[in-house]
Amino acid sequence: MLNYIIRRVLYAIPILIGVNLITFTLFFVVNTPDDMARMQLGIKRVTPEAIAKWKQERGYDKPLMFNSGDEGFTKLTNTIFFEKSAAMFAFRFGRADDGRDIAYEIKSRMVPSLAIALPVFLLGLGVYIVFALIMVFFRATYVDFWGVVLCVALMSISSLFYIIAGQFLISKLWHLVPISGYGQELDAAKFLVLPVIIGVISGAGANTRWYRTLFLEEMGKDYVRTARAKGLPESAVLFGHVLRNAMIPILTGAVVVIPLLFLGSLIAESFFGIPGLGSYTIDAINSQDFAVVRAMVFLGSLLYIVGLILTDISYTLVDPRIRLE
Amino acid sequence: MKAAVFTEPLKPSSLSPLAAATVPLQNWIHKTGRAKPRCLEYLLVMLTALMCACSGPWNNPYPDSDAGKNILYGAFAERPKHLDPVQSYSSNEILITAQIYEPPLQYHYLKRPYELIPASAAKMPSVQYFDKKGTRLPDNAGDEQIAYTIYEISIMPGIRFQPHPAFAKDQQGEFLYHRLPEKELTDIHKLGDFPHTGSRELTAEDYVFQIKRLAHPRLHSPIFGLMSDYIIGLKEYAETLRTADEAQLKEQGSDAYLDLNSYPLAGAEAVDRYTYHVKINGKYPQFKYWLAMPFFAPIPWEAERFYNQKGLAEKNINLDWYPLGTGPYMLTKNDPNRMMVLEKNPNFHGETYPSEGMPVDEQADLLRDAGAPLPFIDKVIYSRERESIPRWNKFLQGYYDASSIGSDSFDQAVQLAGQGEATVTEAMQEQGIRLETAVATSTNYMGFNMLDPVVGGIGKQGREAARKLRQAISIAVDYEEYVSIFANGRGIPAQGPIAPGIAGHREGKEGINPVVYDWVDGRPRRKPIEAARKLLAEAGYPDGMDAKTGAPLVLYFDVTTRGTEDKSSLDWMRKQFQKLNIQLVVRNTDYNRFQDKIRKGNAQIFEWGWNADYPDPENFLFLLYGPQQKVGSEGENAANYSNPEYNRLFDRMKNMEDGLKRQQIIDRMITILRHDSPWLWGYHPKEYGLYHAWYGNIKANRLSHNNVKYFRIDAGLREQKRSEWNKPVVWPAIAGLIVLVASIIPAVVVYRRRERGAGITSTESTIETQMS
Repeated sequence: MLNYIIRRVLYAIPILIGVNLITFTLFFVVNTPDDMARMQLGIKRVTPEAIAKWKQERGYDKPLMFNSGDEGFTKLTNTIFFEKSAAMFAFRFGRADDGRDIAYEIKSRMVPSLAIALPVFLLGLGVYIVFALIMVFFRATYVDFWGVVLCVALMSISSLFYIIAGQFLISKLWHLVPISGYGQELDAAKFLVLPVIIGVISGAGANTRWYRTLFLEEMGKDYVRTARAKGLPESAVLFGHVLRNAMIPILTGAVVVIPLLFLGSLIAESFFGIPGLGSYTIDAINSQDFAVVRAMVFLGSLLYIVGLILTDISYTLVDPRIRLE
Repeated sequence: MKAAVFTEPLKPSSLSPLAAATVPLQNWIHKTGRAKPRCLEYLLVMLTALMCACSGPWNNPYPDSDAGKNILYGAFAERPKHLDPVQSYSSNEILITAQIYEPPLQYHYLKRPYELIPASAAKMPSVQYFDKKGTRLPDNAGDEQIAYTIYEISIMPGIRFQPHPAFAKDQQGEFLYHRLPEKELTDIHKLGDFPHTGSRELTAEDYVFQIKRLAHPRLHSPIFGLMSDYIIGLKEYAETLRTADEAQLKEQGSDAYLDLNSYPLAGAEAVDRYTYHVKINGKYPQFKYWLAMPFFAPIPWEAERFYNQKGLAEKNINLDWYPLGTGPYMLTKNDPNRMMVLEKNPNFHGETYPSEGMPVDEQADLLRDAGAPLPFIDKVIYSRERESIPRWNKFLQGYYDASSIGSDSFDQAVQLAGQGEATVTEAMQEQGIRLETAVATSTNYMGFNMLDPVVGGIGKQGREAARKLRQAISIAVDYEEYVSIFANGRGIPAQGPIAPGIAGHREGKEGINPVVYDWVDGRPRRKPIEAARKLLAEAGYPDGMDAKTGAPLVLYFDVTTRGTEDKSSLDWMRKQFQKLNIQLVVRNTDYNRFQDKIRKGNAQIFEWGWNADYPDPENFLFLLYGPQQKVGSEGENAANYSNPEYNRLFDRMKNMEDGLKRQQIIDRMITILRHDSPWLWGYHPKEYGLYHAWYGNIKANRLSHNNVKYFRIDAGLREQKRSEWNKPVVWPAIAGLIVLVASIIPAVVVYRRRERGAGITSTESTIETQMS
């Protein structure tokens, strides 16, 4: 298994270089270093000298990808792309365009992101699986029918609607929890109730249907018939056999997103005033801060790759027949 | 929520009404003898504890310990980029920096027109003019005689900086934190982690030090370019510093400290401990206004030395993150992702509430605190609120003390009375919310690129035709309608570039733009569209057709990328041009490309705006001054307009003191502008602000930003209102729970029936029955 993991880690390097290249190209197609300088220096009274100085200090005065003025290998290395990307592989994210330390920001913002994402993920997983199993248990009855209708309805509504409606009902009309904000330690709990509830509800439709489909597929298999023939109660069949055998597809969807939980949610964090990494990314995009955008995309790709490797490993845990070689 | 709540036993007397209601429920559970799981009881107790923990409203986003305290609550959408006074220039930054830094001058809070008064200065600066030989000239000397001006500024003795680790000294008098070894920084993550602080008296040198910082090679002051034209030797000083800095960086590495005190600046020097001089090239009367901005606030050299240490910048411990000033407040918490907290500066030198104001101020109860010591508020908490919906709702719940009005909440907040006067709606009145309005010292205009052959014209005849075309469009685009539809009436159609409240602006009949308006029944009336059509025909486009080619006239309107909500305003603009049968093509682009087009002169018609830096007509009229053209000069004249007579008059006007002579020149300049119509003058926005009943001493002041010290909060009233407005409504949650349980019961019944109807037990019994 170790060989497999090493091989997968090595595969990750060209993927990350590719992601960096694409991010770099897309970003600089839209924003030139001059635009970035203007955004940071402000609109009023910005002189060309100030822009040139800003670019020089941050290394944006070099050619983007190919430095024809240099000799040999430095034609490639003495460029914005190489200088900004190479350090990332050593996890040196550097400074944001406004001078703030990116690694510090990521560290301090990871906890608030996780404070929402982790409960939503765990609670959601439990709720969706239980609901899906209930619908499977009551398959072909009114419970199953109306359950599917409800799921389709939930799927059809934008997550933004859930947020606005949730804030309106629970916070504005009923005054049960704060509309937005964030606190330290235990004080954070009252701010997290609403985003967690909304997070779980907004994902309920699609996920419950997905799990229901998985379970229904398993229900038609021989081992289920055998279990029933043995006289096992339906709950034992569902939770003891169907759920365990459906773990592979469940893990495929679930484990891969675990590392991405660190990156937070773009919309929810913005609406609920959660100072997490999702809102950090949004701010960076709005302020054309390439250093932060690049760091977050790199981190996102890396965590996704980690997620995929973890998924592969988790297969061996739930299915002894699988060997990673 | 306090952690202690979960560990301490609950006393019955401390239970809230809701908690008391849950006790009988628990008793009922016991009395019925039904074997309920114990976890349900625990859950109820926990819920009760949670409810009790919130002694106030449940939706209160602030800690209970802050209840009833003299705190001002506000919100900010975008985090400030810079808090270093040498760099900070944005309106969202100055809300913070203006409370911390104290420049020598400030604007009178109540008097209008805006009046400069001393802040940290002991008196208004003395202005002395000198000729080339250094001979002092009389105050009425002509501009051509004046070689340089000296501003002599005396500051009040005894002013002290806020407590800060940069000043902390040991018993031997050595600075504690100026040469920190890296290992000592391991436990330092924020400024508050330094156990010792100190302070010292403010001196004139601190002001000189800050002026030198404008030229610091590692800082980017947005006003360096402008100030280097005026402050004698600043440009050369920047060169000197750059050379010295490069040499130091090579020798000592990136953390080399560039000691500005070692490099004297010819244009700024301390005369004695409390007096300093600023030497200005020629005459620049507007310089006094700059002395009221944080750019000229004092910075101690100790701050620069302290923050320049290796390892601190990596932890965001720098002047851009932790400002250091002498003002009424100091920033004690800077978490711009969540909140920024200002607290009273214990070393503030003291100031009193103004005892003079305008006649209306007496009626508005704005002079009640006359002579009272400032500041009134102990603490200011600004919370990060990115989205307008939660911000607005929290204002209505009483968790923010003031709010602006977004277009989506305008109808909920404001209604227009008979005379078009805006008042708050009944719902707002019931909450005691009041509305304050003020015309901003800014202008939103639509500019013509004068380098464009169609709207700018080529050759004498072409320019004349283009002028008539611009005049025709000026009449056709109905800004009264625009303000009414798209700004909810929050604006005044502009008659020229100068905003109301600024010297040079004229009201009434003599203030109207005769190219666009007639004075009818005591008010300006837009000229009929026929007048525009006539002008258009004279311009060579009868009925919107090119008289030479017969082709329809097509004009291009460059705008920055807009959302769908702005589509209607663009459609409206097209319709305005259609009145003249002109086809308007909207060229939508992102802001970067838009700026690029303007810089290169590739736009034809564009929208732009300007916020005044100071209340002088020069700050508006320079936007159309020839040498300020965008193309070629990278100035602020985006229309690239240049009229020799206007330029000449501007040169004369800019250095004059306000008065009849200056007004006459301004009138002539405005007449030239109206005739040439390089802009559609657009409108001056009117700002609306909503304030709760507990918020006092509010007077809109669009130029001074150090106003928090004047505000007053009735914290008791706020607490009472918050409790009234935010009573928790629990029945929907209980009803929801009941519905959920009710819907589960049939499922449980079915489940049990199925379980009983199938499985080994039933099967075995069936087999046994058959066998028997």
